[in-house]
Amino acid sequence: MISKTFTIINPTGFHVRPTKAFVQAASGYPCKISVINKGKKVNGKSSLSMLTLGIASQDEVTLEIDGEREAEAMEHLGKLLTQIHE
Amino acid sequence: MEQIFKGIGASRGLVAARAFVYKLESYVPAQAQVEQPDLEVERFQTAIRQAQAELEQIRDITERRLGSDKAEIFEGHLMILEDPDLIDVIIEKVKEESVNAEYALYVTSRSFIDMLSQMDDEYLRERAADVRDVCNRIMNNLRGKQQADLSAISEECIVIAEDLTPSDTAKLNLDYVKGFVTEIGSRTSHSAIMARSLGIPAIVGAGAELSRIETGTMIVMDATEGVLRANPSTEELIEFGEKKIRYDQRQAEFAKWVNRSSVSSDGHSVELAANIGKLEDVQKALDNGAEAIGLFRTEFLYMGRSKLPTEDEQFNSYKYVLEKMNGKPVVIRTLDIGGDKELPYLNLPKESNPFLGQRALRFCLDRPDIFRTQLRALLRASRYGNLKIMFPMIAVLSELHAAKQLLEEEKRKLEAEGVELAERIEVGMMIEVPSAAISADLFAKEVDFFSIGTNDLIQYTMAADRMNETVSYLYQPCHPSILRLIRMVIEAGRKEGKWVGMCGEMAGDETAIPLLLGLGLHEFSMSASSILPARELIGHLSRKEWSSLADEAMALKTQEEIIAFVRNHKQGGQNA
Repeated sequence: MISKTFTIINPTGFHVRPTKAFVQAASGYPCKISVINKGKKVNGKSSLSMLTLGIASQDEVTLEIDGEREAEAMEHLGKLLTQIHE
Repeated sequence: MEQIFKGIGASRGLVAARAFVYKLESYVPAQAQVEQPDLEVERFQTAIRQAQAELEQIRDITERRLGSDKAEIFEGHLMILEDPDLIDVIIEKVKEESVNAEYALYVTSRSFIDMLSQMDDEYLRERAADVRDVCNRIMNNLRGKQQADLSAISEECIVIAEDLTPSDTAKLNLDYVKGFVTEIGSRTSHSAIMARSLGIPAIVGAGAELSRIETGTMIVMDATEGVLRANPSTEELIEFGEKKIRYDQRQAEFAKWVNRSSVSSDGHSVELAANIGKLEDVQKALDNGAEAIGLFRTEFLYMGRSKLPTEDEQFNSYKYVLEKMNGKPVVIRTLDIGGDKELPYLNLPKESNPFLGQRALRFCLDRPDIFRTQLRALLRASRYGNLKIMFPMIAVLSELHAAKQLLEEEKRKLEAEGVELAERIEVGMMIEVPSAAISADLFAKEVDFFSIGTNDLIQYTMAADRMNETVSYLYQPCHPSILRLIRMVIEAGRKEGKWVGMCGEMAGDETAIPLLLGLGLHEFSMSASSILPARELIGHLSRKEWSSLADEAMALKTQEEIIAFVRNHKQGGQNA
């Protein structure tokens, strides 16, 4: 299992559009993907669970990825977390 | 008997019609054991597929009617249908506990709805409505029930409901539905956003009392004020009717001005800009036809939090606004803290006269560490649009020099780091301290523009605290002393070929506008909702005529005389 922490810089936090992009990307990987914010851990392939994290700008979000293609998933999803979404 | 309800005006407009009360049946399924869980799962999956087909249809209709960004709500709904933490969990529950699908759906969706409706973020709280909407749809399909449908309405009405889901609003037949009122919701609810894009009046958050209204009750609603009356008297109905006619005429007039440029009747162009205080305001500015952002107050980045904003965080916010304005000018004011705006986390010493104390640029020059961070963020964002940097509260030249030097230093550092900056960034200052207004000619040589901040300029010129009711009579924007200062500033700018704008309340004031136009003000920055009335007004005024009228007005002795003079001539000019 690998884990890494990212800082959210999108000014409006992580609302529906970024969440959708993240979940769609996450669902394309066979490995188990967990997202942790402020001590709460959820399934990164569920947009509803992701929304309940209430991710805001400047939050430190940790990804825990376990299984096949984990390194590739970490790089891809880390980019989506730290990107600015229109 | 007449009843009055108050809520949040979510979409402007006035309308009178009979009420249509729309009640969602709240269904709580009983828990039951099923013999063959596999068949139950099958039944659930059929309901999901049906919901999917329905939602795709609604999405397509909405896309045709309102465009793809509004249809995106339903993309979100379709995604919920595929959410593993909802759908897979329900299926597992049915399999493992041999319970009925209705019950498994109810308890699983309930936990998400509860979690989301308790979020701090208002936007995320609203997402609970999405889950409720989608799960109602699945539930109805499971029970073989028709979705309660607003599209069946065939008489003019105002819809009254506890809340309207996105699917509800998408189905409103606008030939008959003239407006709606909901018990819950806020300005950012789906229903509120939809009402604004459909252009129908709406009041949200009118409270549980609303359930006392019955179908057929006569309703008059003023969604601009957020007020609704049930069973009005005949006199009130007549009065309301007249108000509505006036309102509709004005609106039709204003709407014509959104995409026009701001030009006086004799062809003199000015710029009408918006004042904004947070990121969401940019869209409102654009919707109201703003040609620029004339004042972006950056305090929101610093307030209501526990530590200073980082350079990246600021950069992202500035970039967002610059990109959204798509090349139109954006004047960003550097931090204006102090006075009535405090930052508790900095533990600044109490001042006995905060408005005359270490405010705004005075504070920034004392804390260059904080100031440099902001300047760097601004410079880095500059290449994403038409940025203009503005320093507040300058009283003497040395302050301007110090601020410009810090800016220059940060610029050189960034260039050395290889960061790409805009080729040209205008640097200007606010004129809000009388000393700066009086010596504007000295400043004009060293800035690219002036923006007159009238709220503070008036308070400092009159030596009258604008928070103190007992001296509020001294708040006189059209007093000869203020107009003289404004004229001096505009003249000083003109001599050096620098543009002069105004970003105080006065810039949007219908009495002040003719005088300011006459005096030669170039940019008028105001709250977004004032822009269209101002543009219409300017279109009816002659620059040349008001140039001499302004001279005449300034020979008068009191604000009262000046206001009367302007009103008199404004009407004369418009009728001619």
